[in-house]
Amino acid sequence: MSHGPAKGLSRWFLATNHKDIGTLYLWFSFSMFLLGGSFAMIIRAELFQPGLQLIEPNFFNQMTTMHGLIMVFGAIMPAFVGLANYMIPLMIGAPDMALPRMNNFSFWLLPIAFAILASTLFMDGGAPNFGWTFYAPLSTTYAPPSVTYFIFGIHIMGLSSIMGSINIIATIMNLRAPGMTLMKMPLFVWTWLITAFLLVAVMPVLAGAVTMMLMDIHFGTSFFSAAGGGDPVLFQHIFWFFGHPEVYIIILPAFGVVSEIIPTFSRKPLFGYASMVYATAAIAFLSFIVWAHHMFTVGMPLVGELYFMWATMLIAIPTAAKVFNWITTMFKGSITFETPMLFSIAFVFLFTIGGFTGLMLAIAPADMQYHDTYFVVAHFHYTMVAGAIFSMSAAIYYWLPKWTGRMYNESMGKVHFWISFLGFNLTFFPQHFIGLAGMPRRIPDYALQFADFNMISSIGAFIYGASQLLFLYNVIATIKYGEKTTVKKTWEGANGLEWTQPSPLPYHTFTTPPEFK
Amino acid sequence: MHLKGKRLKKLISSPMALFALSSTSALAENLVENSAQAERWQMNLKPGVTELGQEIYDIHMLVFWICCVAAVFVFGYMFYAMFAYRKSKGHEPANFHEHAVAEISWTIIPAIILLGMAWPASMTMIKVYDTTESDLDILVTGYQWKWKYEYILEHGENVAFFSNLTTPSQQIHGEEAKNNNYLLEVDNPMYLPVNKKARFLITANDVIHAWWVPALSVKKDAIPGFINEISAKPFKTGTYRGQCAELCGKDHGFMPIVVKVVEQDEFDSWLSEKQTQAAELAELMQQEMSMDELLAQGEKTYAGKCAACHGSNGEGGVGAVIKGSKVATGALSWHLDVVVNGVAGTMMQAFGAQLNAIELAAVITYQRNAFGNNMGDKVQPIDVHNFKQGGK
Amino acid sequence: MSGQHNSDYQTYYVPEQSWMAILASIALGLMVIGAAGGINSLTYKTDGSTSWVLLIGGMMLLAGVLATWFTITIRENLAGMNSAQLKRSYRLGMQWFIFSEVMFFFCFFGVLLYLRTLSGPWLSGDGAGVMNTILWPNFVYEWPLMATPQDAMGGLDAQNAAGHLANNGVHKGPAQNMAFPGFADLLHWLPFWNTLLLVSSSVFLEFAHHALKHDKRRVFNLWLAATLVFGFSFVILQIVEYHEAYSEYGLFLNSGVYGATFFLLTGFHGFHVCMGACILLVQFCRSVMGRQFTAEDHFGFEAASWYWHFVDVVWICLVFVVYLF
Ligand code: HEA
Ligand code: HEA
Ligand code: HEC
Ligand code: CUA
Ligand SMILES: [Cu+2]
Repeated sequence: MSHGPAKGLSRWFLATNHKDIGTLYLWFSFSMFLLGGSFAMIIRAELFQPGLQLIEPNFFNQMTTMHGLIMVFGAIMPAFVGLANYMIPLMIGAPDMALPRMNNFSFWLLPIAFAILASTLFMDGGAPNFGWTFYAPLSTTYAPPSVTYFIFGIHIMGLSSIMGSINIIATIMNLRAPGMTLMKMPLFVWTWLITAFLLVAVMPVLAGAVTMMLMDIHFGTSFFSAAGGGDPVLFQHIFWFFGHPEVYIIILPAFGVVSEIIPTFSRKPLFGYASMVYATAAIAFLSFIVWAHHMFTVGMPLVGELYFMWATMLIAIPTAAKVFNWITTMFKGSITFETPMLFSIAFVFLFTIGGFTGLMLAIAPADMQYHDTYFVVAHFHYTMVAGAIFSMSAAIYYWLPKWTGRMYNESMGKVHFWISFLGFNLTFFPQHFIGLAGMPRRIPDYALQFADFNMISSIGAFIYGASQLLFLYNVIATIKYGEKTTVKKTWEGANGLEWTQPSPLPYHTFTTPPEFK
Repeated sequence: MHLKGKRLKKLISSPMALFALSSTSALAENLVENSAQAERWQMNLKPGVTELGQEIYDIHMLVFWICCVAAVFVFGYMFYAMFAYRKSKGHEPANFHEHAVAEISWTIIPAIILLGMAWPASMTMIKVYDTTESDLDILVTGYQWKWKYEYILEHGENVAFFSNLTTPSQQIHGEEAKNNNYLLEVDNPMYLPVNKKARFLITANDVIHAWWVPALSVKKDAIPGFINEISAKPFKTGTYRGQCAELCGKDHGFMPIVVKVVEQDEFDSWLSEKQTQAAELAELMQQEMSMDELLAQGEKTYAGKCAACHGSNGEGGVGAVIKGSKVATGALSWHLDVVVNGVAGTMMQAFGAQLNAIELAAVITYQRNAFGNNMGDKVQPIDVHNFKQGGK
Repeated sequence: MSGQHNSDYQTYYVPEQSWMAILASIALGLMVIGAAGGINSLTYKTDGSTSWVLLIGGMMLLAGVLATWFTITIRENLAGMNSAQLKRSYRLGMQWFIFSEVMFFFCFFGVLLYLRTLSGPWLSGDGAGVMNTILWPNFVYEWPLMATPQDAMGGLDAQNAAGHLANNGVHKGPAQNMAFPGFADLLHWLPFWNTLLLVSSSVFLEFAHHALKHDKRRVFNLWLAATLVFGFSFVILQIVEYHEAYSEYGLFLNSGVYGATFFLLTGFHGFHVCMGACILLVQFCRSVMGRQFTAEDHFGFEAASWYWHFVDVVWICLVFVVYLF
């Protein structure tokens, strides 16, 4: 295909080109990040002081729920799918994704799903207000009518994820350049292969869960109601059978990104490639058998508690291997600290902190105290914001020059990094303290002794939020006015097929497969 | 973390205190009424007032310190690498990318460390699950958004009562200064005798709640239709406060728990007083009440229990409109049925088990005669009692 | 869709821009908005006519789009535009799609397993649930669950009056269940016939495939037709079974968890049989009317047959856990 992109909007609506679709995904996820972030700002504003100042408790719950849902399903997952779309064909020397039209289908389902989800905010009875984990029966018998729209929104979104993942698997299994064996694939490709497998395995389970909710709400079944012989806890088992792999779906591609960036700026090959691959696979395997560590307080039998505690702790081992591999990649390298590297190092640092708190949460008797407090909130923002979002920022800075043929403003990038780093820690580090001191999560108002740290946390959140606007500005400014660059290798230490292509990338790359040694 | 906490406290508290003072003037300077309660700038768990709680606290600290040591190693290594191998220092990159011994050792060493944590944790967990040989059983039921405590007694009638938030809404909405126990105060606290093992049988009536008292190291989900068990044997008297710890709807943040651990004799007299109160109520129920009495009581109950959804003038809201409603102007038995049994599948709960017969009779009478619903009829407590007995 | 550049197919075929995806998304969007609104209108007793119109409109649009989409794909293949590599991609796509379906059913089987082996006994006071007898004093667990905990309390009103668990609606156990009635009644037992139908249809389909591979078109068509007849008969019997459940057995969707899981598993399975049969029907038409498929290249048929075997395997599992044990 030698011709360029179509003119006008049809280029985007009718896209089959992986770069166009990747771009769509990335912008979509960024807008969802802003939306979900605005909800977080409302939450933090209400929690700035004790007392109810801005919003009603019910609306607060809607904000919490929508924030969690939109960030997880609307911001992070599509962001990484977008990155996969853009980068995987380039990294494996393929002309495009394996199934380009279906690729477009997976994308366009997302705006539909999230339009439905967002529209619930304007419905009678309000948006879903039962938390992103939507535990029955709060999400069934006691839910607002908009829950029906929420359920179908989840279905559509799941369909999108499944098709997107199938596409990614087919691309990786089938479209690699000759000579690129599985164990020669870039690590980002590996992590996505495994992530896609996780997605195909667990999204249908989530679909099953919401389907049963639908039936309990509207058709009189009693899956989650003891009166008919069902069990509300059953819902949680199904949800977390999906939900726990989900958190690795969020973090594995981030691992992949960091495994690309750290070697580049250390000017040294990735340490322990094979063990990285095995560790990723081990994490994915373990993620299926630890789900009930979210349910230590539901009253499982003792053996269940012990089993899930031990199994969960095992995940620290492959993750430890990854952390040590990253650091050893830096060890004896020749390191420079451009913005992508700064974000990647911060990723390793902050994600590890999040991992340590994860380990603490895995200790069942201690989790009986941590559970459903801000300690958990701190844990998962360390893994998801400092993990996934930081690595996403790193990825954008890293590949933006390649995509656009323009260099971003390095000092603005560094400012973005440092404000983010400061704001992030100011927001979420104190949440460990208020959590341990006893503040439950998902509450719009709190007792006085939590006031000080909450205020610090809110201030941090505003700083972190503002830094994202700077990021947005930097990206747009790069695309519009950035200094032009035509070097193939933006980064001295970069390796991989994507860096053999011109900058900016032509509309079609690798129409004939490259030789890969 | 304790030590570090104190030092950090000194460090941050001076500028931050200024900040806090200027913006939350309502903050009392010293909230510490009792050592077992959370205090300002608290950064860590408290050991709690049960032996098991202290054990849990020790495990928490053990894991915390192990993580700290691991962090020092990992981050020390990382910062050393970042520092020593900067390009700006002119360091040339090495080219190794494998080292079997290193890779195996950082698999095995963490595994051993993990064992060191998992083992004591498991031993403690086994103790947490031992709820046998309790001295006292209390059935704890979560309701949207209050707790019901039922003391299961061997002799005589069980003692049961609801425990509601008492923080006035003026404080919540910033029209009044907030008091020290803001959001952590209730009308009827739970009483426990000191040094006795209390077993909590925890369940819920509507959605999932969780009964959590940090000082007792007890947190257990209240699952509708199932009963969970957990126990605590506090060794120190005092007032311990906690909160619902599972999202349960609108007022999840407003269903606190207060447990008073007292000496055995104080507990006994409290219990017998509760029993006499119950007996008096039963007697009261047999009496005829006048329209005025009913309306006065009904207005109170309505304002407390119903107005949130039905509006203070019966104009509706989350709940149906009462003013001129079919039910409130329809058959008495229908009205009784709606209030006592609730409306399945809606927010309208069954109040039959939450309000006593007097309150029920009064609130129904009130609804039928207020807001322009001039039905003129009244319901007596005994009618409610009979209605409940006869089912429908 | 038009104006492909022939020189590029050798390397790899990236299709031209296509309306299909965005139209399909819009169709699905309309469908689910309609479905949600319609279902809500039933539950909350509001007017749902526009919603139903949206649902039907969306479904029709989706059907149209899918038909067009597949037609385009088939045409491309017939025009020789699909490289061997692309064909492998299609195979991979179908395989992983079936895997996702497996996981969907895995969820429902897991539900049944959990309810039967864990929560059911707990509710009646076994194992971890000793104290639950306070809530459901007379409940005895058995499977099939003929009397729900609510029944054991004496019905919804008694349950409400006791103050446990209000507002969950009526969950009265079934009057009769669908369990295996013993060998004497085997021939009157619909699932027996259903199993026979579905398993033999799967075998017929293999015969058809074998014939196709040996380029025996007539034999292929015949076996495929037999498969279809058996497949659709299964669907009809399933409808008969549901009718009996409602009219004779007193077994409803809301008959406690037995009813719920019974209809969930058999319902979703039945729905998948319908889909599989329709896909096979399309393949049949393609073969009979379009004389498509060759001995070497018949992926459309093959994918449909994988799907059919999958549905068959699900049924066998279902017979064991839903009907037999
Ligand atoms: C990206 C997302 C992500 C990731 C990667 C993780 C990673 C982990 N999580 Fe986390 N978690 C969440 C997202 C994530 N989590 C979310 C969203 C929730 C809350 C959901 C909700 O309720 O809303 C949650 C909640 C949660 C809970 C439930 C808490 C509760 O509700 O009570 C638990 C309990 O076990 C847990 C454990 C862990 C563990 C053990 C890991 C491990 O994978 C961490 C492994 C990493 C390390 C351990 C660090 C690196 C290792 C070394 C440097 C080696 C040396 C270390 C030692 C051997 C000590 N998580
Ligand atoms: C990947 C997922 C992800 C991400 C990125 C974030 C990002 C953030 N989260 Fe969130 N969070 C979750 C996933 C995530 N969160 C989940 C799953 C929950 C649990 C939900 C539940 O309990 O059900 C949760 C819950 C949660 C809570 C607890 C709520 C509660 O328990 O009631 C809080 C409170 O502080 C919070 C804060 C924040 C903040 C400040 C950010 C910030 O990082 C956001 C920064 C981004 C922006 C701010 C957007 C950009 C800026 C603008 C649009 C301009 C406006 C800016 C200003 C006015 C300054 N999150
Ligand atoms: C959490 C919300 C909530 C509370 C608290 C509440 N109700 Fe209701 N109530 C409802 C809802 C919702 C309905 C409508 C039910 C339906 O759809 O039929 C309702 C309906 C009613 C009706 C029937 C009105 C009609 O004409 O349909 C009566 C009578 C009533 N409630 C009485 C009370 C009384 C008495 C109290 C307090 C003791 C109370 N309610 C507390 C939510 C509530
Ligand atoms: Cu009750 Cu939260
Ligand atoms: Cu988890």
